[in-house]
Amino acid sequence: MIPIQNFLVLSSILFSLGIYGVLARRSAVLILMSVELMLQAVSINFIAFAVYLSPEQFTGLIFAIFVITVAAAEVGLALAIVLRIYRNKATANVDDVDTLKW
Amino acid sequence: MSYEEVIFYFVAALTVLGALGVVLARNVVHCALFLVLALLAVAGIFILLSAEFLAIVQVLIYGGAVTILILFAMMLTRVRDLPSAAGGLDGPQRPFAALAAGAFMGLSILAAVSTEWPGETEEITLVPFRDLGESLFRNWAAPFEIASLVLLVALIGAIILARGEEGE
Repeated sequence: MIPIQNFLVLSSILFSLGIYGVLARRSAVLILMSVELMLQAVSINFIAFAVYLSPEQFTGLIFAIFVITVAAAEVGLALAIVLRIYRNKATANVDDVDTLKW
Repeated sequence: MSYEEVIFYFVAALTVLGALGVVLARNVVHCALFLVLALLAVAGIFILLSAEFLAIVQVLIYGGAVTILILFAMMLTRVRDLPSAAGGLDGPQRPFAALAAGAFMGLSILAAVSTEWPGETEEITLVPFRDLGESLFRNWAAPFEIASLVLLVALIGAIILARGEEGE
């Protein structure tokens, strides 16, 4: 039986790497990929808690399903927005998209 | 060390390797491929947690759809040409990003290891598909319907945003 701490430490590492990617990368697409890593870490946590701490209820598993659903919607919308920005400004770098009003 | 733990450490190492590749690789297409590795390894973690349904969904949605979408966006926005432009893929704020991520990692690992988790079960019970589906469609029917609405809105929004200029 694997202790629950192993899963929690793994998800901490994954989430931290996601934080690093979101903060350090410049391209919006690469930032989105790091956000996906963070969502994965959250899913691992949800499922680990559901399986280890309350095996009779599936709340954590259901939440993980919703996380995946929302992540799919988020990726679709965000990439459409990135495409739109690229079409308007000829760049997908978040550093260059700093004008609130034109 | 039981064979379960050996498998866990192997899959966890794959996951971390993939994640490191995503945030550190210098070639954006390699980043996307490392993301596939990380996501499939996370599916392996789900199987170790006996959440088979989620592992299948993970492979279908992340391994298939999301990565393809990201690769398409990369090709359409020409992120590949970035390194030749000034500065490369990472901004000048890299050390601070590493500091923030390291601080968060230290804190959360400390919290996870030092906490005494109550009611820990001895044996992982397999979750039957049937019970999961019943729970999803009975107890969680309203969130399920809202999720489908969210997907519909995202679908329409993505089409309208990415459509072209001819309507304006």
